[in-house]
Amino acid sequence: MNGPVWLVPFFPLVGFIINGLFGKYLNRMMVTLIACGAAGLSFIWSVILFFRLSALPPDARIYVEKLFDWIVAGRFYAPAEFHLDPLSAVMILVVSGVGFLIHVYSHGYMGHDQSYARYFSYLNLFMFSMFLLVLGSNLLVMFIGWEGVGLCSYLLIGFWFEKKSASDAGKKAFIVNRIGDFGFLLGIFLTFVTFGTINMQEISIQAPELLAMGGGLATAITLLFFMGATGKSAQIPLYIWLPDAMEGPTPVSALIHAATMVTAGVYMVARLSALFVMAPVSMGVVAIIGAVTAIFAATIAITQFDIKRVLAYSTISQLGYMFLACGVGAFSAGIFHLMTHAFFKALLFMCAGSVMHALSNEQDMRYMGGLKNKIPKTFITMLIGTLAISGIPGLSGFFSKDEILWYAFSAARGHWLLWLIGAVAAGITAFYMFRLIFMTFFGKERLKSEARHHLHESPPVMTIPLMILAVLSIIGGYVGIPHVLGGHNNFAQFLDPVIAKVPTHGDVHHSAALEIILMIISVIIALTGIFVAYRLYVVDPKLPVRIGERFAQLRTVLYNKYYVDEIYGFLFVKPFIKLSELLYNVADKVFIDGTVNLTGYGAVWTGEVIKWFQTGYLRNYIVTFMVGVVILVGYILFG
Amino acid sequence: MIPDGFPILSLVAYLPILGVLLILLIDKEKTDAIKLVALITAAINFIISLPLYFGNWSTADFQYVEHFNWIPEIGVSYYFGIDGISMLMVLLTTFLTPLAIWSSFSSIQEKVKGYMISFLVLETGMIGVFMALDMVLFFVFWEAMLFPMYFIIGIWGGPRRIYATIKFVLYTMFGSALMLVAILYLYFLNFEYTGVYTFNLIELGQFPIPTNMQLWMFAAFALAFAIKVPMFPFHTWLPDAHVEAPTAGSVILAAVLLKMGTYGFLRFCLPLFPNAAYEFAPAISILAIIGIIYGAMMAFVQKDVKSLVAYSSVSHLGFVMLGIFAFNIQGMEGGILQMINHGISTGALFLLVGMIYERRHTRMIEDFGGLAKVVPAFSVMFMIITLSSIGLPGTNGFVGEFLVLLGTFKSNITYAVLAATGVILAAVYMLWMFQRVVFGKVKHEENENLKDLNLREKLVLIPLIALVFYIGIYPKPILSRMESSVQNLVSTVNQKFRVENSQPEHIEIEAVDADIDLEPKGEYHE
Repeated sequence: MNGPVWLVPFFPLVGFIINGLFGKYLNRMMVTLIACGAAGLSFIWSVILFFRLSALPPDARIYVEKLFDWIVAGRFYAPAEFHLDPLSAVMILVVSGVGFLIHVYSHGYMGHDQSYARYFSYLNLFMFSMFLLVLGSNLLVMFIGWEGVGLCSYLLIGFWFEKKSASDAGKKAFIVNRIGDFGFLLGIFLTFVTFGTINMQEISIQAPELLAMGGGLATAITLLFFMGATGKSAQIPLYIWLPDAMEGPTPVSALIHAATMVTAGVYMVARLSALFVMAPVSMGVVAIIGAVTAIFAATIAITQFDIKRVLAYSTISQLGYMFLACGVGAFSAGIFHLMTHAFFKALLFMCAGSVMHALSNEQDMRYMGGLKNKIPKTFITMLIGTLAISGIPGLSGFFSKDEILWYAFSAARGHWLLWLIGAVAAGITAFYMFRLIFMTFFGKERLKSEARHHLHESPPVMTIPLMILAVLSIIGGYVGIPHVLGGHNNFAQFLDPVIAKVPTHGDVHHSAALEIILMIISVIIALTGIFVAYRLYVVDPKLPVRIGERFAQLRTVLYNKYYVDEIYGFLFVKPFIKLSELLYNVADKVFIDGTVNLTGYGAVWTGEVIKWFQTGYLRNYIVTFMVGVVILVGYILFG
Repeated sequence: MIPDGFPILSLVAYLPILGVLLILLIDKEKTDAIKLVALITAAINFIISLPLYFGNWSTADFQYVEHFNWIPEIGVSYYFGIDGISMLMVLLTTFLTPLAIWSSFSSIQEKVKGYMISFLVLETGMIGVFMALDMVLFFVFWEAMLFPMYFIIGIWGGPRRIYATIKFVLYTMFGSALMLVAILYLYFLNFEYTGVYTFNLIELGQFPIPTNMQLWMFAAFALAFAIKVPMFPFHTWLPDAHVEAPTAGSVILAAVLLKMGTYGFLRFCLPLFPNAAYEFAPAISILAIIGIIYGAMMAFVQKDVKSLVAYSSVSHLGFVMLGIFAFNIQGMEGGILQMINHGISTGALFLLVGMIYERRHTRMIEDFGGLAKVVPAFSVMFMIITLSSIGLPGTNGFVGEFLVLLGTFKSNITYAVLAATGVILAAVYMLWMFQRVVFGKVKHEENENLKDLNLREKLVLIPLIALVFYIGIYPKPILSRMESSVQNLVSTVNQKFRVENSQPEHIEIEAVDADIDLEPKGEYHE
């Protein structure tokens, strides 16, 4: 195994520098070639690295590459160093593969934008940062990538910065992520103080010795890291930035806010699995937050009309599944779902983008309908993505989601309630996704006249990436066929050397029959969801309106996303603004400055008084002097 | 590189005076010539000072020492010398002065001669403060530096400049007076103990001062320095001085003058009065944390960009103080690095605000909006500096803040948690300001035809931006240059701590962490 691994992030960095500095002097074709070329080269190199790594025996699949010393202070040591192992190899494959397809797609989607070069330079910078995040061998390199992708997210959400809503959304994303990063930073500090190193491999090796099982330290460290994960991966309570992030261009939503960046939290938890398994309480928190987020976001998705917002809530919900998996100790199942989700969710977003492209940027599904024959390629590929996310047997989402549900039920840290929440959320997922399909592609055409006028299928530069992702959404699951269906779960085996296992006392054994039964139940739930959506949105399109009226209050609450943004505004944002203003006007202006000015005036006043003594007459001075001497002598003698 | 015995320090300190003499010979109407002489002098001075960076900084001893009797009767000597810490401060000064002078080429149109003379005298004063190792000499430079700054704000400043200057001078004088008393007290105390009259800093540091006396002297010094930093609640002179000062004045004020306060703590308070420093550490740390959060909140509600940046300085300098008073290597190195970073980032912010002010004659946030479309180069540079000020990884601000917080975390977890909220708040106030100034649509007609940065302005900013990334990506050379001095300082302060607290409190943590600071692993060093 020989590197260099640094080539993977290097290509997009070069792309970023060229397009960022000289992009405006280059023509669009050059910009595209540089940006897509950079992403493509990264992908090719990732594939080569992946196969070289796989060729090694499982124990030897670790390659560390140090570039230079970054921060050295006392015994604190953070080199710029990369770490390639099965986990990071899978991640760079997903990031560069999906990333490359989205770069290509962007050429069509963003073709008419004025700031074409700026767009691609940001996209390349994102790829670079994401590779740092994934490949970093220590927490600090990971953290640069972590904040770097956050920066790109900020820049790309606010890409159309003239729109206030866009720049607001970018800022919100950055700040909410910073709140999570606050936890991440403290986690790094606590790790360093505990282990004396921030190298993740050393930490993983030392964790069982230095941390007490279930001890406060292990719990604190892991919860701090998880706080960072809730920010980046949009989990309760920090998920609020992701729906707003849909202000960005759609390919950005596909790449950053669905396939790659938002999964960083899951990656981090899996990467630090050795710490998490030492902290059952934290694992419980991760599982519960994941499960609750999964169902919570799914219920919001039901009522949304904006096609991208439905997908955004769906992403939050799916990320919840991944955390659920990690929380019950099935880290590789979480990463498996991360991968299949990257395929089908990127596909769904890009299809939504293709729909919007066809309809002059219409995002409201109430003004769509009947599009299946007008834009057939988009329709077919989007249907495949929807079937995959709904967990229909044979498609990728089925394998990964069912693996999660199975572990949620059967793992030592699992619970039937977690399984139930997951299964119900899966039904809701199937429902809202088919609601989206039916409202968009079936039924009566409800287009605005302008949209109808322009209606066209997207060019091949956009549809070919859709087809490739559709194929991946179908076959992507076959790397992880469970044993019960006659497979070997190669995916989990590949990750096995990197992932820590939950120590268990006396294995709980579940029969294969039970696994099959649960599988069938979840498929039935999903089919029910689809059927209900069919009933409501195809057979009797008036029905949803009547139901909505019947449950008007519930619908309002859901449509307004449980008013969480408003509650945060009331609890945190408003008080902060008011307190700052109050402190400025009272503490700073009146109290401190008042005291200072008073001292100043006091000095002036003292001077005014003293000047009366300064008469210029010698005899007055002598008298004053004598009085002073008398007092002084008196004090010395009698004091 | 520098021959032995060559008075390099004096040369660097007084070269600006040579420039002043040259300018005095030029007719005051020939402003271009005056500007050029000032710029070239400052630039040459930077080049001359540059070899200092490549000296041998693996020792904590003072180097390039120049030591002569000055007034031997009372023990005053002319004593110059620098260690890794002061070397970096000197270079920060010589680096930023030419940029500040160059940036004033268009903004200063009146009384150019006086302005340039003030600036060069100011440079000598600042460099002298960082080099002086004799208390009297130090005090002379400390005071001498005040006057040119007083003129720069008072003559070339904004509408409320008189109020601002008086406030600035009164605040500073108040601190200086106390410091002078403490210096004299120390001088006589030393005579009592040793029978020698001396103001020599090194000798004064040799005898152990009883803790109760340390406390008083520390308090006097600390007050003088805290005003300069400025620490909460002595900060209110700062926004006024910054808002009224001309751009270059603000740059130097923020970048160098504030550092005299933190430098004073490092050079005088800690080594002379380590026990007192230890006693006062909780109070100072808490004030620093209040400064971090309070400064951020104040910055958040400002309507004037310049006063926003001024309040952000209160927050940033809070980090510096917190790091220094963590009394471990990471915290102190982070604090010193943050002194440099703040000089670069805040200096650049003031430059940018000044550049846009020259075009629009306003600094009110609400008068802008949509600048990204109109002045793209300005906006990109503004963004990079804003991100560096927020402490984004990859920029200089991150490395400093990270080390400060790490060091603080090692000494007191609660402090670190509280201070780390400043990282969130910085993003809040900076990004909100940035959004209102740069993003959105152009709301005001006056902004539609703004000219983007010209070549001179870009050339002023590019070195700063280059340093933002250099320090962010490869801070090691700078950290390694301060490491010996910091280790020396940390062990001085900790001696008492280690004697009195021989029982480690947190066994779990101490077990791994023992001797971290005193004996770093050899393999990580050059």
